[in-house]
Amino acid sequence: MTYTSEGGHGAVPTAGVPTGAAPGAVGTDWPLYEVFIRSKRGLNHVHVGSVHAPDAEMALRHARDVYTRRNEGVSIWVVASADITASSPEEKDPFFSPSADKVYRHPTFYSIPDDVPHM
Amino acid sequence: MDHDSAYNALSEASDDRRWAFGTGFEDPLAGVDASVPAGVAGPSLATYCLMLGDDALVFSHRLQEWLTRLPELEEEVAVANIALDLLGQARLLLARAGQADGSGRDEDAIAFFREPRQWRNVRLVEAADADFAQLVVRLLVFSTWRRAVLDRLQASSDPFLAAVAGKGVKELAYHRDFAAGWVVRLGDGTELSHRRTASALEAVWPLVDELFDAHPVEESLVGVAVVPTAVRAEFDEVIDAVLAAATLSRPRVARAGAVGGRAGRDGVHTEALGFLLAEMQSVARAHPGGRW
Repeated sequence: MTYTSEGGHGAVPTAGVPTGAAPGAVGTDWPLYEVFIRSKRGLNHVHVGSVHAPDAEMALRHARDVYTRRNEGVSIWVVASADITASSPEEKDPFFSPSADKVYRHPTFYSIPDDVPHM
Repeated sequence: MDHDSAYNALSEASDDRRWAFGTGFEDPLAGVDASVPAGVAGPSLATYCLMLGDDALVFSHRLQEWLTRLPELEEEVAVANIALDLLGQARLLLARAGQADGSGRDEDAIAFFREPRQWRNVRLVEAADADFAQLVVRLLVFSTWRRAVLDRLQASSDPFLAAVAGKGVKELAYHRDFAAGWVVRLGDGTELSHRRTASALEAVWPLVDELFDAHPVEESLVGVAVVPTAVRAEFDEVIDAVLAAATLSRPRVARAGAVGGRAGRDGVHTEALGFLLAEMQSVARAHPGGRW
């Protein structure tokens, strides 16, 4: 076994040790998961980014390590990116333009009682 | 709820909206009486703080050496987080040692200006890991043992140690969870990963028994310190459960020798610690009193 102190990081083997997976044993890339976090006072989970992981359980841990290091969250969801069906930019006009001029769909024409929260 | 920016939605109303700075941080030592309790020998308390602090500092340094070398970015951040948790524990404990022994040395003086034989860490944390399997096996052993010790230390009659333990026990529960998850995945993975994890276990195991040796300093601090013989049963139970799930078993290897019965806790270390400290202390020694 060969050790070097490459980069001043102490003894690290660089030759004579088996590396990499046995042929065909595992895939080379982990799938992508989307991460949603709810903050302490947040009402819902919001999308914050994505992580790579071999399965959902580990994606949850990766999300904890990557996205809640600065005390951002109290709850995490992860979902495989492949399971998300998204609208495409080409569909933007037929999808969203028709609602652009229909202000009367907002409930702002009613007076809301003071004790109704989260409107 | 701010729907314009996910980041704003994560911050609290009282924040300055800079999400990167997080929300609602807590000081684990807020309101804790830091004076040495009456009836406790200051030098013994200082030595005990060095034991726990040096374990954390040396292991943190070894974990930091992994950064830029881990197989995935996400694992890199995970290991960096764990190293930072341990560094934070070490800073509190080393500062406490300098206060309790009456020398008034700060954490930097204690970390960077001691010779290897003055370090009180167990030898488990000294060696560089040969591969990722050794990293997770060593971390599993260390975090299972230390979590059990800190769990009991929360009941210490020294409020400072109790507070440090209360903060650390949650951190270590995650470290243990991280390490156990990987040991199970690798042990119960491919033929190659199983073989390398079994070798890692054999490499680390000779240093396990030393963790549970009762030291005279620990025994003299009745009610303040935790005598580690008390946590062996819990350690064995956790390790056996993880190894069973990982389709591994405890290796039959001899315990690493000691010098006249003295080992890491008495300042008798492996060769690896000298090299580690030479690197860790070099900048502080080249620029004494330097600030940046």
